[in-house]
Amino acid sequence: MTSPYPFAAIFGVLIVALTFAAALIWVERRLLAVWQDRYGPNRTGPFGLLQVLADMIKIFTKEDWIPPFADKPVFVIAPAVIMITVLLSFAVVPFAPGIIVTNINNVALLFFLGMSSLGVYSIVLAGWSSGNKYSLLGGLRASAQMISYEVFMGMSLMGVVLLSGSFDLTTIVEAQRHLWFFVPQFLGFVLFLIAGVAESRRLPFDLPEAEAELVAGFHSEYSGMKFGMFFVGEYLGVLLISSMITVLFLGGWMGPVLPPILWFLIKMFALVCFFILLRATLPRPRFDQLMTWGWKLMLPLALANLLVTGAVVLAFR
Amino acid sequence: MSGPMEAAFYVAAAVAVVSTLLAISRLVAVHALLYLIVSFLSVAVVFYTMGAPLVATLEVIIYAGAILVLFLFVVMMLNLGTRDRDQERQWFSGAAWLGPAILSAILLAEVIYLIVSGATTGGLSATVGPKEVALALYGPYMIGVELASMLLLGAVVGATHLSKQEARP
Repeated sequence: MTSPYPFAAIFGVLIVALTFAAALIWVERRLLAVWQDRYGPNRTGPFGLLQVLADMIKIFTKEDWIPPFADKPVFVIAPAVIMITVLLSFAVVPFAPGIIVTNINNVALLFFLGMSSLGVYSIVLAGWSSGNKYSLLGGLRASAQMISYEVFMGMSLMGVVLLSGSFDLTTIVEAQRHLWFFVPQFLGFVLFLIAGVAESRRLPFDLPEAEAELVAGFHSEYSGMKFGMFFVGEYLGVLLISSMITVLFLGGWMGPVLPPILWFLIKMFALVCFFILLRATLPRPRFDQLMTWGWKLMLPLALANLLVTGAVVLAFR
Repeated sequence: MSGPMEAAFYVAAAVAVVSTLLAISRLVAVHALLYLIVSFLSVAVVFYTMGAPLVATLEVIIYAGAILVLFLFVVMMLNLGTRDRDQERQWFSGAAWLGPAILSAILLAEVIYLIVSGATTGGLSATVGPKEVALALYGPYMIGVELASMLLLGAVVGATHLSKQEARP
């Protein structure tokens, strides 16, 4: 099922995703402030809503500096990679019946996994090309972390694929008409959520840019809009993971009374708020703890989930 | 293949050839790896245009997304500098080209001969989705899957053994 107006769908999704990502900057700052018992940005415009605009003007007019010791072409490409891969992933998200750019021959879920694994390059190359030891350490951490967490990210989704019998996201949503996969695949849901936080490098998994140890990690040397791209890319990543969880585990656009697209946005926004709550509450683990956790706890759990789901599906066929 | 698909095929194939050549000839290891990634991505597009979307996405996930990240990881650890670049330049000149060039020329001649003689098998006529691939893998090619899994198990055991040895005094 591909939209009858491809260009309208493409531009619609692009504009909405970018606007939401920018608005998220304000949402995150206000919510963090609420949870930390302060006001947050409340001076520019009503409720501080124009803060995003002010930030944007600031970031666009800042000096765009490339360090002389950097590898220039790679340094310039790196921030673009994260934007491109995340925005491309939005092409396969079914927001509502008919509101989807493409289902890419029924391999949409794999396409999402592929794009998220390509997103690693942005961080790794940024770290390497900066020619700075803190950036390099951030890049090394990012590659190790994202590869490890990608493995069980894919595994945790296979339960959903088994239950719905398809890689096509629209079919997966349709399969949840009677029961959201959140219930039969609760373990898969939790694993995917954790992997999603790690993939979008949000706290508590923001070790590639751990500012207490690595200055700012992989983007230490970035300024102006190049830094802005990493910044917006991170928020786009949060939006993407939230919409994927909505599609895969929370029934997508399904819901009573309200129009489908509104249900999708409500579920997505609730997940985004949960992401921000995680940032407000959890401390950052040590890097070896992160890796041990990923390989020795999450991966076996994902495998066990896959095994049990497979057995159950086979038994009740 | 329909019109736009055919155009996409030729463009992607051209990008694959050019990026592979650049991957061989770059002196900075990371730049060479970047061209190799582009090469894999264009091969994925080639697969997609030929009606194999599953193979295309697996190419992106496994080769471009996972294996080359590990390559990049190692190259980053090596901390290569200008000295290595000069060394690369030395290795590139002269007789080192001869052997690979002759062998590649033989292959190229073979491909051209096949195209000219018209003995090509042609592209896939229908799209082969995930279900068809799975049915083939766990049907007639079951033994191949099992052998591959045994090989991987061996590799895992070997890797565990190597990492254990390091821990001993």
